Amino acid sequence: MSSDVTPTSKPVKSTGLHVGEAGPGVRKVDPILTADSVKRTFGGLTAVDVAHVEIPRGAITALIGPNGAGKTTFFNLLTGFDKPDEGSWEFDGRSLAHVPAYRVARMGLIRTFQLTKALGLLTVMDNMKLGAKGQGGENLFRSVLPFLWRKQEDEIEEKAVELLTRFKLDTKREDYAASLSGGQRKLLEMARALMSDPTLVMLDEPMAGVNPALTQSLLEHILDLKSQGMSVLFVEHDMHMVRHIADWVIVMAEGKIVAEGDPHTVMQDPAVIDAYLGAHHDTDIGIDTEHVEVLKELIDDEQ
Amino acid sequence: MEPTQTVARRSRGRWLILFGILLSALTLSGIAASPAMAEAGSAATTEAEEFEYFFVGNVTFDDKPLRGVEISVEGNGYDAETETDAEGKWRLGVPEKGEYKLTLNEDTLPEGVVVKEGQSTVDAEFGLTKLKAVNFFLGEGQRTTTDIGAQVLIRVINGLNFGLLLALAAIGLSLIFGTTGLSNFAHAEMITFGGLMVLTFGVDLALPIWLAIIIAIVLSAALGFTLDATIWKPLRRRGVGLIPLMIVSIGLSLALRYTYQFFYGGATRQLPGATIPSDIHLGPVTLSWIDVASMATSIVVLAAFAFFLLRTRIGKATRAVSDNPSLAAASGIDVDRVIRIVWIAGGALAGLSGILWAYFRPGVSWDMGFQILLLVFAAVTLGGLGTAFGALVGSIIVGLFIELSTLWLPSDMKYVGALIVLILVLLFRPQGILGRRERIG
Amino acid sequence: MIDWIAIFSNAAQELISPTTAAYALAALGLAIHFGYTGLLNFGQAGFMALGAYGFAISTLSFGFPVWASVLVGVGASVIFALILGIPTLRLRADYLAIVTIAAAEILRLVFTTNTFDSLTGSASGLQGYKGGFADLNPIPPGTYGFGPFTYNAYDWWIRIVGWTLVIVFALLTWLIIRSPWGRVIKGIREDEDAVRALGKNVYSYKMQSLILGGVYGTLAGMIFVLPRAVVPANYQTSLTFFIYAILLLGGAATILGPIVGSMIFWVLLSFFSGFMARAVEAGWFPFMTQVQAGQLRFILVGIAIMLIVVFRPQGIFGNKKELAFVK
Repeated sequence: MSSDVTPTSKPVKSTGLHVGEAGPGVRKVDPILTADSVKRTFGGLTAVDVAHVEIPRGAITALIGPNGAGKTTFFNLLTGFDKPDEGSWEFDGRSLAHVPAYRVARMGLIRTFQLTKALGLLTVMDNMKLGAKGQGGENLFRSVLPFLWRKQEDEIEEKAVELLTRFKLDTKREDYAASLSGGQRKLLEMARALMSDPTLVMLDEPMAGVNPALTQSLLEHILDLKSQGMSVLFVEHDMHMVRHIADWVIVMAEGKIVAEGDPHTVMQDPAVIDAYLGAHHDTDIGIDTEHVEVLKELIDDEQ
Repeated sequence: MEPTQTVARRSRGRWLILFGILLSALTLSGIAASPAMAEAGSAATTEAEEFEYFFVGNVTFDDKPLRGVEISVEGNGYDAETETDAEGKWRLGVPEKGEYKLTLNEDTLPEGVVVKEGQSTVDAEFGLTKLKAVNFFLGEGQRTTTDIGAQVLIRVINGLNFGLLLALAAIGLSLIFGTTGLSNFAHAEMITFGGLMVLTFGVDLALPIWLAIIIAIVLSAALGFTLDATIWKPLRRRGVGLIPLMIVSIGLSLALRYTYQFFYGGATRQLPGATIPSDIHLGPVTLSWIDVASMATSIVVLAAFAFFLLRTRIGKATRAVSDNPSLAAASGIDVDRVIRIVWIAGGALAGLSGILWAYFRPGVSWDMGFQILLLVFAAVTLGGLGTAFGALVGSIIVGLFIELSTLWLPSDMKYVGALIVLILVLLFRPQGILGRRERIG
Repeated sequence: MIDWIAIFSNAAQELISPTTAAYALAALGLAIHFGYTGLLNFGQAGFMALGAYGFAISTLSFGFPVWASVLVGVGASVIFALILGIPTLRLRADYLAIVTIAAAEILRLVFTTNTFDSLTGSASGLQGYKGGFADLNPIPPGTYGFGPFTYNAYDWWIRIVGWTLVIVFALLTWLIIRSPWGRVIKGIREDEDAVRALGKNVYSYKMQSLILGGVYGTLAGMIFVLPRAVVPANYQTSLTFFIYAILLLGGAATILGPIVGSMIFWVLLSFFSGFMARAVEAGWFPFMTQVQAGQLRFILVGIAIMLIVVFRPQGIFGNKKELAFVK
């Protein structure tokens, strides 16, 4: 993993995000996304059972927890890729229940996937262009008449080149995405997500499978999102990274939110340690010794 | 008396001479269509001929010729019809050599006489000669006289019989899908193979029928093993995707099917005992001992296979691989061995299913498996892709539905109902009846 | 002695035959479904049957003019695509395969059954619907052409119409595939969740693709019946498989592929059948009958499908990198 990467600069953390004492389900000053009693079961197993959670606006929020805690399922539920048994959730004050995934994305909530979904047999440029919203040429009838969408297409291309340059992928623009390395695909996926000017970016394990050389640049890109006014929610295993860039941390275990707070205090929360160690001891779904090691290390760090 | 001639409605500007003999290869006790090969050569010279090729036949019942029975031919863009003459003879000329469908209009048969179920339309093709004899199997029977309750009972039993033989094929297909992800279109040819092998050993080589059946099942198992070893295993090794694999199986199905036709011809041939009388009476239901043996065989084999899946080590491993191949591999199961066993068992089951299907239809033909392939797929999908027991349930539903639907659907539409049910089930319960929801994408 | 000139001349005629055009157009529709969108449509024969019957029944039973009969066929196939697509396009790809193959069979059985004989002509099919189309023929009666390509006015008329349609729809396909619309459907082929996460209504795009390619199949079905009669036995599953063979031969994610694939397929098939028939007649293969020689070509088509998929999945015209298969 990339735990040996030392951050080059100390990012500015957002503070004062919550109202009252930090704890599971605490109210935020300005939430962008709120969820109430969202529950999802598979057969007899409860994968997600979140009573209440609010994601702060304009900040970087990390969602952590042992394997099998339901983080990715929760992600899928929030973005319309899975349907909960019950519950309601709102994005920017608009209800997202029963809203299909593509509409969620159009509202400005864009996600990435744990296993990168670069579209392998499309060029890098086509991947980027696909990310742009409201394209007239995507209508079947208008697509036949290029003069109707040629101008918009040029604007989209310009924007794509700009983003690709920022993500240092501009030299690959005509290559098939399948020819990129794992880390480059993660970058491409993130760049593609930005083509639609989202307000909330949800990244599912952005660092998984990325070589250390690229981790640093990925981290900076995530911090960049915040400085451009976007909110970020990401799932991550790497605690160093969480501590380094997250303004707020939400901890899930066995489908529930067990702790919330700023990175430093959360790491010392007994519930969090219990969640990781407890998962290690009691259940067979969450065996992940690496996390426990990292956590111990972190606790040592803090002291 | 000359045969009555009608010029078909849509064969513009051509008039036809229609004429023929009916040949019945098998004499049936109680079902009589006595063999009578007409003197084709002399008959042909009596007419002014427009065509070189003729279908001929002779329709008799209880050794008496039946007059005025309508026979029609259709195929290769041509159609025509005729009626039998006073001697029960008919003859239909066609413009070119090829495959045609011949239909006997049951409504023109005398009261109390019917064509054997599903045999009123037969496919026929010319061999070496320009004359082809076509059989219609007639029997005693009432088509609409049985009361509704008895009819339902008869249909249920027929449906169970059909469903069980479908299940034999469906379970193999389902397990192959579960363990390898392959939607095997060539399963149809594995079904046909069983029937063809019994035909080869039991009829052409005249071995005792029980021996022929055993040889056929062993060879079917060997076919399953060979297909896996020579085609599917190497392709899995190459990492060929599931959809290309499916298309390969379509190509294989096509190649095998026409290879069968190449060697066995286009005709339908009967297995020994296929047309023995139905002399077992259970209330309103009459069954032949073939029907009873067929159902008993299906039930015993299915029970044995269920025991294998539920109780034996390798059976449990099979279910584990079918559930989740990568997890099974990680827990130390030899996935390749399981897949090999599934192919062998799938081949044997499909072969047996083909033999029973040959008795149920009745008859062996080169495309008999392909005729029920979609029903097998429907059964597997209905039950839930990749689950063996789902395939069983799905098959029985399909079998029952097809037979029961003939109560209100014309019999040439009975497959339509089953396929519509398939689409409806997918609409409301895409994972199938026994499938788990997570299986769907 | 084998009549090589007849064999070659028959094979050459297939190059521009209306049947070749019909298969090319149907394969082009399948290229949109399978090659570009990744939809496994195994019911192209059903779309073709709808074209043939829609046209013939409208003309014969309702006396519609040509343009209205064409519209009826197209309308029927749009409805057919909706019926197929609504339950299955949300499901995994292989469900569409099973449903489309089943639906095409349902159509064939419904067209074959005696129940609707007055409308469909049941197993005998339909004839006598070509009058309106023949009346539109601007070519004065007579025989035109050279060498093997000598036809009468009607035969030229169906060839001209058939191939004009193929060219027009090839151009249309080329236009839409390189537009943003084409980008979306290619993205769906690669990974529909990713495209959904970018705010595209994947379900709607798949439906559009299914309808569009189905309409191609329907028009192909109309071209197909102009030189022959409408016979239900022509619309068996094998028809779909032959169109797949053509598509794979030419390259599934290409526009020229289906067209040239159809030409190669029919020329080779005609050459092979012609050669085998005459060779058997000449006694070159004493162990084979004429009928068996005729079946040999289907065996070859089957083997060809297998070999192409395994060894040259991109087809003749496909880009080696842009393999046409969905994973």
